[in-house]
Amino acid sequence: MSVATQEATPAAATPAKTKNKRGPEHRPGLNRWLPYLLLAPAVLAELLIHIVPMLVGIWMSFVKLTKFYIANWSAAPSAGLDNYKVALDFNNAVGQALLKSFGVTVVFSLITVALSWVLGMAAAVALQPSFRGRSLLRTLFLVPYALPAYAGILTWNFMLQRDTGAVNHVLSQLHLSDGGTFWLIGGNALVSLITVATWKLWTFAFLTLMAGLQSIPHDLYEAASVDGAGNLRQWRNITLPSLRPVNLVLVLVLFLWTFSDFNTPYVLFGTAQPPAGDLITFHIYNASFLTWNFGTGAAMSVLLLIFLMIVTGIYLLVTGRRSRRA
Amino acid sequence: MRETRGFKLYRGVVLVVLGLFVLVPLYVIVTSSLKPLKDVQGAFTWWPSNLTIDPFVDMWKTVPLARYFVNSTIVSVSATVFSVVLAILAAFAVSRFKFHGRTVFTTTVLSTQMFPGVLFLLPLFLIFVNINNSFGLQLVGTRLGLIITYLTFSLPFSIWMLAGYFESIPRELDEAAMVDGCGPMGALVRVVLPAARPGVIAVAIYSFMTAWGEVLFASVMTTEANRTLSVGLRQYSTQTNIYWNQIMAAALVVSVPVVIGFLLAQRHFVAGVTAGAVK
Repeated sequence: MSVATQEATPAAATPAKTKNKRGPEHRPGLNRWLPYLLLAPAVLAELLIHIVPMLVGIWMSFVKLTKFYIANWSAAPSAGLDNYKVALDFNNAVGQALLKSFGVTVVFSLITVALSWVLGMAAAVALQPSFRGRSLLRTLFLVPYALPAYAGILTWNFMLQRDTGAVNHVLSQLHLSDGGTFWLIGGNALVSLITVATWKLWTFAFLTLMAGLQSIPHDLYEAASVDGAGNLRQWRNITLPSLRPVNLVLVLVLFLWTFSDFNTPYVLFGTAQPPAGDLITFHIYNASFLTWNFGTGAAMSVLLLIFLMIVTGIYLLVTGRRSRRA
Repeated sequence: MRETRGFKLYRGVVLVVLGLFVLVPLYVIVTSSLKPLKDVQGAFTWWPSNLTIDPFVDMWKTVPLARYFVNSTIVSVSATVFSVVLAILAAFAVSRFKFHGRTVFTTTVLSTQMFPGVLFLLPLFLIFVNINNSFGLQLVGTRLGLIITYLTFSLPFSIWMLAGYFESIPRELDEAAMVDGCGPMGALVRVVLPAARPGVIAVAIYSFMTAWGEVLFASVMTTEANRTLSVGLRQYSTQTNIYWNQIMAAALVVSVPVVIGFLLAQRHFVAGVTAGAVK
């Protein structure tokens, strides 16, 4: 920028003209403040919607914020650690339900992330060499990602209906079941959740891994072929190590998204939450808005945040990298 | 990678299995939306007993779908416009200036993207209620509240992606523009933005998709007056009959614009993700 300044100065004909033509880089004061001015709107928006509510949320977890105090929150009495004690007392109903929901969410997230990654990788590798119909298939695979989440989940809701759904119809045609399975209530709810969440999420893994594969130089594979390495060895020795930075970020993002998934249980089950499909975000939501006890809900949210931060911290430590820019 | 017979077999199996997994639900949406009501109330059939477009006509009457459509469009378009403008300004600052707090800004903003929405939901709801009580500005149950909320949801990723795009544009270009008498803002508008057009388009589509598909905040912040499609479609199941054919028709109609927009811009989108990931 200083180069521009020096060259622009002699070119200016009259001082009056200069003032009009030249930008703020000639006014050092404004120039120093310009980046902050540029950031200000984004910072304000983030403060209002994310940062301040997060701090308020932490405060809320320490007060008795029942429905009587919602419109007049400054009057809400302090609760000390009571909200946390209620949430973490695994001998009473609230704590037990939270623990159970946490367990369901852990199982759900681990399986969904693993499945999504495996399917995304399988498809990305299958589409790595070009062939006829490749771009058509790639486009098709991206449709579940592009579809509004609720539209896809509603369709699965319809397909998983016991008497009128496609899933039971197909299973009974294939003689795999009698076609009378309940998918949206009872123990199968978790299987349904994993299937529906994977249907949407694997395509994101696919999109990211496909982008990562494009940046691997072709020569690497050619050299390995000359050395007689088969496809499986090439995948293990070239593809996987080259994708390591992509994978590190991808798996973390998939995990954080899945763990706080709300759309899938909400659209799939509505207000009737089967215990086997009671994911943690959905659980906190119901605990807060059905009972209008925001204090306990806030304490549960803070606990969830702490858990996710610990997991992220351990993950970054174990993988031995500083969190990149993602 | 050599295309051995083994690889071709692998590819065939993977593509057929995943192709079916993706296609069957899409097939169900389309065919069910063309079925008469009795077809979706009985056992599932692969093909309508008689093809009808009635669901596409009736879906507007069963629930006030048109109003949800208008609400969703206004909210999503406004949130997108604001989000893209804010992201452009912030990304320009991050990619072109060295200043104190640059790293703090990028890490803080990006980490907000990672936190679960339910964490902000209760406090934000409460803040909105209290803003209304203190200043009379109604944010719960209005489109404005949704617009302000949604514009921040896509902001972190948009800033990150655009900063990556901007950094791939040689600085000599904006310096040349400044030699010609543009200020930094002139350089942004005349040089950087035109060169980063694919990135801006990708970010706009991403923001629109985020707002159009949001469920959690919409379920709390909307009342009948500002209800958006994401929660409005649930109204079909509160009727005495569940009109699955109309639900599928409505799901199809609300999806088509977004899916087409995304698929048209997918090249830019992938390029944007790569530009960010490679750095």
